[in-house]
Amino acid sequence: MLKSLISYLQNANLMIQISAVAIILTLVGIVFALTYFKKWGWLWREWITTVDHKKIGIMYLVCALLMFFRGGVDALLMRTQLAFPNLHFLNAQHYDEIFTTHGTIMILFMAMPFIFAMFNLVVPLQIGARDVAFPFLNAVSFWLFFFGAMLFNLSFVLGGSPDAGWVGYPPLSELPYSPGPGVNYYVLGIQISGIGSIATGINFIVTILKMRAPGMTLMRMPLFTWSVLASCIVIIFAFPALTVALALLGMDRIFGTHFFTMLHGGNPMMYINLFWVWGHPEVYIVILPAYGIFSEVVSTFCRKYIFGYKSMVVSLMMISIISYFVWVHHFFTMGAGPGVNSFFAVASMAVGIPTGVKVFNWLFTMFRGRIRITLPMLWTLAFIPCFAVGGATGIMLAVAPADYQFHNSYFLIAHFHQVLIGGVVYGLLAGMYFWWPKILGFKLNETLGKWAFWFFNLGFYVCFMPQYALGFMGMTRRVYTYPAESGWGTLNFVSTIGAFMMGIGFLFIVAQILYSIRHGERDTTGDPWDGRTLEWSLPSPVPHYNFAQIPVVDDMDAWWKMKQQQKEGIQPQKEPLKPIHMPSPSSLPFFMGLAFFICGFGLVFNQFTIATIGLIGVVICMLWRSLEKDTGYYISVEEIKKNEAAVRGL
Amino acid sequence: MKNIGQPAKRTFPWSHVTGYVGSIVLTVLALLFTVKAPFSQGSLITILLGFAILQILIQLIFFMHITEKNGPAYHSIAIALGFLFTFAVVAGSIWVMTFGSQVQ
Repeated sequence: MLKSLISYLQNANLMIQISAVAIILTLVGIVFALTYFKKWGWLWREWITTVDHKKIGIMYLVCALLMFFRGGVDALLMRTQLAFPNLHFLNAQHYDEIFTTHGTIMILFMAMPFIFAMFNLVVPLQIGARDVAFPFLNAVSFWLFFFGAMLFNLSFVLGGSPDAGWVGYPPLSELPYSPGPGVNYYVLGIQISGIGSIATGINFIVTILKMRAPGMTLMRMPLFTWSVLASCIVIIFAFPALTVALALLGMDRIFGTHFFTMLHGGNPMMYINLFWVWGHPEVYIVILPAYGIFSEVVSTFCRKYIFGYKSMVVSLMMISIISYFVWVHHFFTMGAGPGVNSFFAVASMAVGIPTGVKVFNWLFTMFRGRIRITLPMLWTLAFIPCFAVGGATGIMLAVAPADYQFHNSYFLIAHFHQVLIGGVVYGLLAGMYFWWPKILGFKLNETLGKWAFWFFNLGFYVCFMPQYALGFMGMTRRVYTYPAESGWGTLNFVSTIGAFMMGIGFLFIVAQILYSIRHGERDTTGDPWDGRTLEWSLPSPVPHYNFAQIPVVDDMDAWWKMKQQQKEGIQPQKEPLKPIHMPSPSSLPFFMGLAFFICGFGLVFNQFTIATIGLIGVVICMLWRSLEKDTGYYISVEEIKKNEAAVRGL
Repeated sequence: MKNIGQPAKRTFPWSHVTGYVGSIVLTVLALLFTVKAPFSQGSLITILLGFAILQILIQLIFFMHITEKNGPAYHSIAIALGFLFTFAVVAGSIWVMTFGSQVQ
């Protein structure tokens, strides 16, 4: 194995060799810095062993932004390669690897951790809880995600990245056509982080159903929490389909079974079917929390109750249910027959109805509201036209006969980037700007944020509008170069300019974060936006036990109501101070993730000794946890009083 | 969380073991029927569906506390939703995948 790894690096192209050196240098740099500043203990105690939902949320956020960078670099490399006809900046193999990692990273290792960051940072605070229902499991989820993502990301310097597309369809992804470790990395990296995702889904459903503050009935819940509930329902029912699809593909590749190989009675179409049983609900998993964020942002910055709260809740639930009846629209061209195609075409169009309801509700909330144009609101405003166009092209794709023309062309590429960037990325950025001061105690700089917004938003249209036209002109996805006679040159060049504008926008976000850490406006009130929900009743950053006293809720937008009552001199009801029970930190989640990583790494290279060692590690961690007698610890009333006085400046 | 300071009475978790063994037996049976037994595709699918239903029951009874009754009404909504999704995925997949028998 070692020999093959070394020979891979020797034969790899210069870019990969430079990356390998850069990775080693970065690691050495990190180790040196941690040792020099004596931060190992801090890292271990405060972060690696933490079970605090806020810290886990911050770690998810950091990972998501790093992965956003990596996926973005992949995108820029692809756009550079496509800028001119007949270019050979990347060779075909390298291009294939890059579009595969771009797709996989952006969906599974950028969008997923980003929504989990939002779940973790916001949900317990919004419902008046002190942590999630299963804090230990939450840490396990994070470390499984982390090590799964590491396994996937290391592939390009350790033996080669997957190159069969982010969907990994057989027969291309089967051993005869994709030898080497690439697709194994894909299977195992996603599988490991997928276990974490299912656990997160369960964790947040239980948290939301069981841990709401007294008085917060389901129909008084903030819409973001509702959207997380809807998203988690989809997670727990959709992810098992991906687990099965990837497990069968992995067995084909590693153990020589024939689930998806035609010659031995397998059927590759079944993989495609299973993949999209997960794949379509997956896009709703990532978009639903973004809808929730938009609802919070619109309501806060228009200073109004959200228009049509009940219809918002019903549409969220309708979307999560209908999302199970649309998956075939990803492979209409497979030719399952008119009955199947018509059913799934109609269902795909139907899912647009609840989404339309939500868009109109946001618009009606803004109508005659006093809109404050802050960064979260700016991204929300930009989302609406972008998503409307993306939705309209989606309906075009849902028309099964027309889809035979659009299928796998650049029209499709433009469509799904428009809904995933215009919907998910804009939503998550809005959420990041909105809740940043709550979690970290300072606002992000507005000026730099506006530069980022305009570069990213304008860049988006420059990049993707030409791709709709390119699709109509016959350009298919995943071509790594094209002849000059095709006439695609100009539009591709324009598209590349747009991609780089988006890259500049991202750099502005990085600059904004770095600048604001030092110079950002500090939030001393805990309520910098004049918020409406319970998280804004807490000091920023939030103390580790969240609520000293659990609030009693008697209406929607609880904190808004409390503020109004306070103006009239009525103090909010609170339960008396009591010692707070907290879960103890634990290093087991980290080691369990590490054991999974070792097991996965062994399987990638068919090294069963290493895989077995990893698996034994997993079992030991599980046994250890099962036999452990740890019931957490208490924070005394005096300590709470002292801390509350300090953070609230009393 | 509830049992802080007063550890619950420990008895051997027989129901979990029964459920675990049961689910493995069903899986092995499904594999054997597929690989060894001479059935037509139609009857094989019917048999496998039967095993799948038994498997669901095992999971619900031995692991997911379906028999414990004290809970608000949304529990039954959740279970109904689960069945709806299961039905959509299984029936949908069979419907989608039974196109053009020439492919088999």
